[in-house]
Amino acid sequence: MIAVQAPPNIPNSLSVPANAPEHCPGTDSDLAGKTDACAGCANQDICASGATKLPDPSLPLIRERMSNVKRKILVLSGKGGVGKSTFTAQLGWAFAVDEDIQTGIMDVDICGPSIPTIFGIASEQVHSSSSGWSPVYVQDNLGVMSVGFMLPTSKDAVMWRGPKKNGLISQFFKDVDWGDLDYLIVDTPPGTSDEHLSIVQYLKESGIDGAVLITTPQEVALQDVRREIDFCKKVGIRIIGLVENMSGFVCPNCKTESQIFKPSTGGGRRLAEETGIEFLGAVPLDPRIGKSADYGVSFLDEYPDSPATTAYLDIIDRIKDILGD
Amino acid sequence: MSTVVEDTPVTRRLQSVKHIILVLSGKGGVGKSSVSTQLALNLYSSSPTARVGILDVDLTGPSIPRMFGVDGPQYAVHQSTSGWVPVYADAESGEQRLAVMSVGFLLKKKGDSVVWRGPKKNAMIRQFLSDVRWGELDYLVIDTPPGTSDEHLSLMEHMAGVRSRVSAVIVTTPQAVALMDAMKCLSFTRVVELPVLGLIENMSGYVCPCCGEVSNVFSTGGGEEMARREGLKFLGSLPVDTELVDVLDSGGKGSNEEAREEFSLLSKYRKTATAMIFGGMTDGVISGLGS
Ligand SMILES: Nc1ncnc2c1ncn2[C@@H]1O[C@H](COP(=O)(O)OP(=O)(O)O)[C@@H](O)[C@H]1O
Ligand SMILES: Nc1ncnc2c1ncn2[C@@H]1O[C@H](COP(=O)(O)OP(=O)(O)O)[C@@H](O)[C@H]1O
Ligand code: SF4
Ligand code: SF4
Ligand SMILES: [Mg+2]
Ligand SMILES: [Mg+2]
Repeated sequence: MIAVQAPPNIPNSLSVPANAPEHCPGTDSDLAGKTDACAGCANQDICASGATKLPDPSLPLIRERMSNVKRKILVLSGKGGVGKSTFTAQLGWAFAVDEDIQTGIMDVDICGPSIPTIFGIASEQVHSSSSGWSPVYVQDNLGVMSVGFMLPTSKDAVMWRGPKKNGLISQFFKDVDWGDLDYLIVDTPPGTSDEHLSIVQYLKESGIDGAVLITTPQEVALQDVRREIDFCKKVGIRIIGLVENMSGFVCPNCKTESQIFKPSTGGGRRLAEETGIEFLGAVPLDPRIGKSADYGVSFLDEYPDSPATTAYLDIIDRIKDILGD
Repeated sequence: MSTVVEDTPVTRRLQSVKHIILVLSGKGGVGKSSVSTQLALNLYSSSPTARVGILDVDLTGPSIPRMFGVDGPQYAVHQSTSGWVPVYADAESGEQRLAVMSVGFLLKKKGDSVVWRGPKKNAMIRQFLSDVRWGELDYLVIDTPPGTSDEHLSLMEHMAGVRSRVSAVIVTTPQAVALMDAMKCLSFTRVVELPVLGLIENMSGYVCPCCGEVSNVFSTGGGEEMARREGLKFLGSLPVDTELVDVLDSGGKGSNEEAREEFSLLSKYRKTATAMIFGGMTDGVISGLGS
């Protein structure tokens, strides 16, 4: 039984393989392959030989692919349903307005891929060729990869445990033929678990340019963002800034603004101040955002006059500034 | 008619629990935790002697301590000879009928992240199921993380010995992206043969505070439509309720002038518009459970 007051200690989550037993000391530890936990572990021989202190064999392949990508941006949140996928899509569409910019979107939300629906390409399939899996193109300079393209029907549940998810993510980084990209935007699932650790692990060598954190104004969401900030610090991801989504609802009839999700503890702005990260801006709640996503059309193009469009575009400009683009 | 049940620590521990209800959704942020909280509160008030437990298995994003107003350093789990002692949300009113357990109680400080891969989560869930001293419970509500992955598979695996007492409620919001994930979640329940008590459509329509008109912030009706198509019981829809957000954000903390018969979360919650509607849903859930 574990100590009750403190969560069980794990040495370094990045070096605990997905198939390792509960008390794995970490494959890069001096005890790798030698502790009680190692007895019976499938990796024991490899770990004991010391080979696991060497890097993962897929890493050179990933580095090779990623060398053609200028900027890698993660969209993270901690909490689900706050608008990560929606934001990822707007970022993609906004970048792609410039015909000379190539953008790729990688959806690593394996159990709940929304990216294909938001881009209106849910019925597409991935094709593979000698140079790898080709992304599905929304337009010439905007490619998308998602597990959603690989399922027989959208109703199927992806009931995968961590190792299988990690395997697919590794393939997404190493086998997708993105070509040259100016931006690769990675949409993530909520939480801080296998997917997030894997992204960090696979991109360790090529580097992540930064993460955009998304939240909604209420405390229940902010709690999870605090955890995500803690995670970014632990694994060394640079935080570009925080976006507050669904802050305030402007009624389409009388234009009165009301707070649906009240910032009872000061919202994203206060959280950003407290944690010393940049507050990138607030996007109001606009029912047409949900509708555009459901129909797979670009909200920014369809409703250029919405205050939400202005907010998105200002935030995106600021992100480019911060990245120096 | 005794069937052969695997005798595991989980089976033994859950022997004293009559009904286990999983709250599932597929998509995050649709209101699993708020529905779990409300379901627990409503089951609690369904009878003056009802004993309810709530187990939060959203290990990397636990919301339950906050929603129940028990998230601070003073709320920690204690070890006793017969297991981990849960935190009682109704202790304030001198009772111990509403037991809460969450990984949130194990964290040193707010904002600490729990960065765990699958095997670690699996071990934690097994421990939650086998080591918590719930005592006799009429209902154990389990709040889950989004998706259909490690946590869900582990729950089903470890509860194999008590499966006849386990069922699920699915929560969705009206948008297509949420419904799609709700379908995936339904497929999951079918694959693992988990009975579904019904579907709840949350955040369906918004009653304007100024004119009282219902406007569709996130459209409406998709959940009911899905229930009909899939032959599920539709438990009802809950509107967007800003007061509810407030109550759950603070776990009912703050001034409470009422006479102290109820703990403040319950009395605050009862005043929300949503509480009225949820009562009916709870009846639907209870009738689905049978006896
Ligand atoms: N600002 C907004 N106003 C209205 N609806 C929004 C807004 N942002 C996101 N949504 C809707 O909220 C739901 C959740 O957003 P999504 O991007 O899927 O979140 P996540 O990826 O974080 O789970 C979607 O239906 C989306 O269309
Ligand atoms: N009917 C509702 N009206 C307004 N806000 C709601 C409603 N249901 C849930 N919420 C709020 O939405 C947010 C997400 O809900 P939560 O229960 O945490 O979702 P999940 O557990 O599925 O991630 C919370 O802040 C919650 O208070
Ligand atoms: S053998 Fe390697 S992977 Fe297995 S428990 Fe030991 S260190 Fe961990
Ligand atoms: S804000 Fe309220 S009062 Fe104004 S039109 Fe919209 S629904 Fe009516
Ligand atoms: Mg998403
Ligand atoms: Mg939750």
